[in-house]
Amino acid sequence: MQITQAQTAQSPWRFDHYFVPLVIFLGLLAAIVEAARSPDPRMIMQAWTFGACMAAFGAWYMKTYVGRTPADEKNFYADAVIKAGVIASTFWGVAGMLVGVIIALQLCFPHFLYFPDLPWTNFGRMRPLHTSAVVFAFGGNVLITTSFYAVQRTSRARLFGGSLPWFVMWGYNIFIVMAGTGYLEGISQSREYAEPEWYADIWLTLVWVCYLLTFLGTLWKRKEPHIYVANWFYLAFIVTIAVLHIVNNLAMPVSFLETKSYSLFSGVQDALTQWWYGHNAVGFFLTAGFLGIVYYFIPKQAERPVYSYRLSIIHFWSLIFIYIWAGPHHLLYTALPEWAQTLGMTFSVILWMPSWGGMINGLMTLSGAWDKLRTDPVLRMLVVSVAFYGMATFEGPVMSVKAVNALSHYTNWTIGHVHSGALGWVGYISFGALYCLVPWLWKKKLYSNALVEWHFWISTIGIVLYITSMWVAGIMQGLMWRAYNEFGFLEYAFSEVVLAMHPYYIIRAIGGLLYLTGTLIMAFNLWKTATSGQPAAAAQPVLAAEAA
Amino acid sequence: MNHSWLERNSILLLIGIICVIAVGGAVEIAPLFWVGGTVEKVSGMRPYTPLELEGRNIYVREGCYVCHSQQIRTLRDEVERYGHYSLAAESMYDHPFQWGSERTGPDLARVGGKYSDQWHKGHLIDPRSVVPESIMPPYKFLFSTPLDYRDVQALLKTNREVGVPYTDEQIAHAKEDLVAQADPNGDGVDAFEKRYAKAQSRNFDGNGAEVTEGAALIAYLQMLGTLIDFKAYHADAPENRR
Repeated sequence: MQITQAQTAQSPWRFDHYFVPLVIFLGLLAAIVEAARSPDPRMIMQAWTFGACMAAFGAWYMKTYVGRTPADEKNFYADAVIKAGVIASTFWGVAGMLVGVIIALQLCFPHFLYFPDLPWTNFGRMRPLHTSAVVFAFGGNVLITTSFYAVQRTSRARLFGGSLPWFVMWGYNIFIVMAGTGYLEGISQSREYAEPEWYADIWLTLVWVCYLLTFLGTLWKRKEPHIYVANWFYLAFIVTIAVLHIVNNLAMPVSFLETKSYSLFSGVQDALTQWWYGHNAVGFFLTAGFLGIVYYFIPKQAERPVYSYRLSIIHFWSLIFIYIWAGPHHLLYTALPEWAQTLGMTFSVILWMPSWGGMINGLMTLSGAWDKLRTDPVLRMLVVSVAFYGMATFEGPVMSVKAVNALSHYTNWTIGHVHSGALGWVGYISFGALYCLVPWLWKKKLYSNALVEWHFWISTIGIVLYITSMWVAGIMQGLMWRAYNEFGFLEYAFSEVVLAMHPYYIIRAIGGLLYLTGTLIMAFNLWKTATSGQPAAAAQPVLAAEAA
Repeated sequence: MNHSWLERNSILLLIGIICVIAVGGAVEIAPLFWVGGTVEKVSGMRPYTPLELEGRNIYVREGCYVCHSQQIRTLRDEVERYGHYSLAAESMYDHPFQWGSERTGPDLARVGGKYSDQWHKGHLIDPRSVVPESIMPPYKFLFSTPLDYRDVQALLKTNREVGVPYTDEQIAHAKEDLVAQADPNGDGVDAFEKRYAKAQSRNFDGNGAEVTEGAALIAYLQMLGTLIDFKAYHADAPENRR
């Protein structure tokens, strides 16, 4: 099972030299067949998009790999693909947050950015674009990028598979393009956070299996006896997302030449399958994966070992065991059987404990290095993200208690909750990792620490405006819907509640705009670091925290 | 147990992860497919008519579920605002379900029959013309876009493959039934109404020349929540207690 570096490098036959061109060829073929034969105008547009993506990928592959060995393959670590991932992450971060600001403004000013004859501008199509762009495009690229970086360093081995990691990077981003253009064209399964249709799902499955293979293969080549704790989390994220993705997207296409498909499940079973997926997209994509970042980047930036090895083990296994059960808290008081609701609520409350185990382990890693929070704004961003993680994972269990959920469900409190996790936790840990990676990869000093300070404070004010406005708005919404007047009738018409939301929607949009501004400052800072930063004086810090 | 076993072998770690995550799903989701009473026995539920199904596809396509739920919870204020709480049986032919997660707009589980077709048309073209406080986007294009129903038979067939009990006859007459439901003066209306109980056939958008996407969407909205005979449903009966 142990393939050594020398064997791979000298081997005359490499499977990736055949596999990647074959996939590109088959992809182009599929695109041409669909474009030529489909009766469905949406499928034809998607086929052209996919064909163009595959042609670009093919051209890049020929230029880089055919008849030559790229310079990066002579280095010990495969870092070129990680640099590409850093750029993709930053780009999608800005794009996804920009769409978020646009749809937030749409809710404030219903005449603004609405064009009655342009269906693709409507909230219903733009909202999945926002959620997918920030979760899967931004977050997903950050996860792939950081996992590729961390697994190589903690294994002291080059990424497995030659050009296979490049296929993962291209393939994943092609999936994003297919999904995003599809939403705007009106292609959706209407499964939240799993909107792409069957053909995009199949493509993602292929890419994801290659991702798993790259990751596992690198672990097989490792020169360290132990698998480092960050890699447990990355592995749990990759495997569980594969399971969730495949089961939740089981569907029957109307025809292989059309975009439309019908889910294999219906009604109540479908609802629980979807929220089993939906909640664990949070649990494994947005939590387990990003905890991998916590366990690699925080010890490294703080130059301190992980606080507790034992706590890592306990909270890892309990987190992945308990998270899976929490899905039904999205369906309290609905037609889902009572026993499933109660089970979901109970496990959601228990989930508080392993979540805080992770928070404690992350924060306490700063033991003896707390002073660095004053001087190192990047470390501060990483640590504040863990604090937001703690806050969001306390709020979540509270909201899944039935009595609270009766008020909070269907309101903007949920939106606020999601964004305290998304902006505070996922966003900040990602920004922190990007601020670490660009200087490490380009071997430059960070262009400006002052700009990181600006980013941090502007976006923090943005988060505060966002979540406080949504708390107030959500609780107000819930209370107004259930308010009775002195005669025993409902006090408010639905439209009155909509009207009352207006000021909070505006505050939220301002919060989002500030957050986007921070991200733009980061993009500028990273760009300047890579292109004109000072060469780094010392070599990058060695990993201080190997799991014993 | 010594954890270094798992830490030293990636395959053992992988298997461990898969086993641990499998438990919750197996215990929570799988029983819903075989535990009796998960979906109540009710009278009145039928598969969607071809026009309603096309309308539902548009509802899905435009992402209406992003702002509108179709699930009335068992809470007093919801029942008084929207009607009888939703039963599992009411979405048993919904592939996928449209329960939603957020109410930027009101719940639509029982919107059928609450407003006139004309109201729906005006509301979809310019929501603020009938509800000044509304923040809904306009869907004017639906009424200038003819419905593309070339594949309607395949839609019904695919639904049958995933479990919706369409009969051979319903599939064979899918196209005629679609046209008949949108044109009350046509020939096929009687046969159509025999195939789909409680189906409403009329010109939903006032456009006599062609069936538009808007007409299909209104046909879908106008049947939502209207099928079950609640006089025959007793929530307190032992078989309905869950």
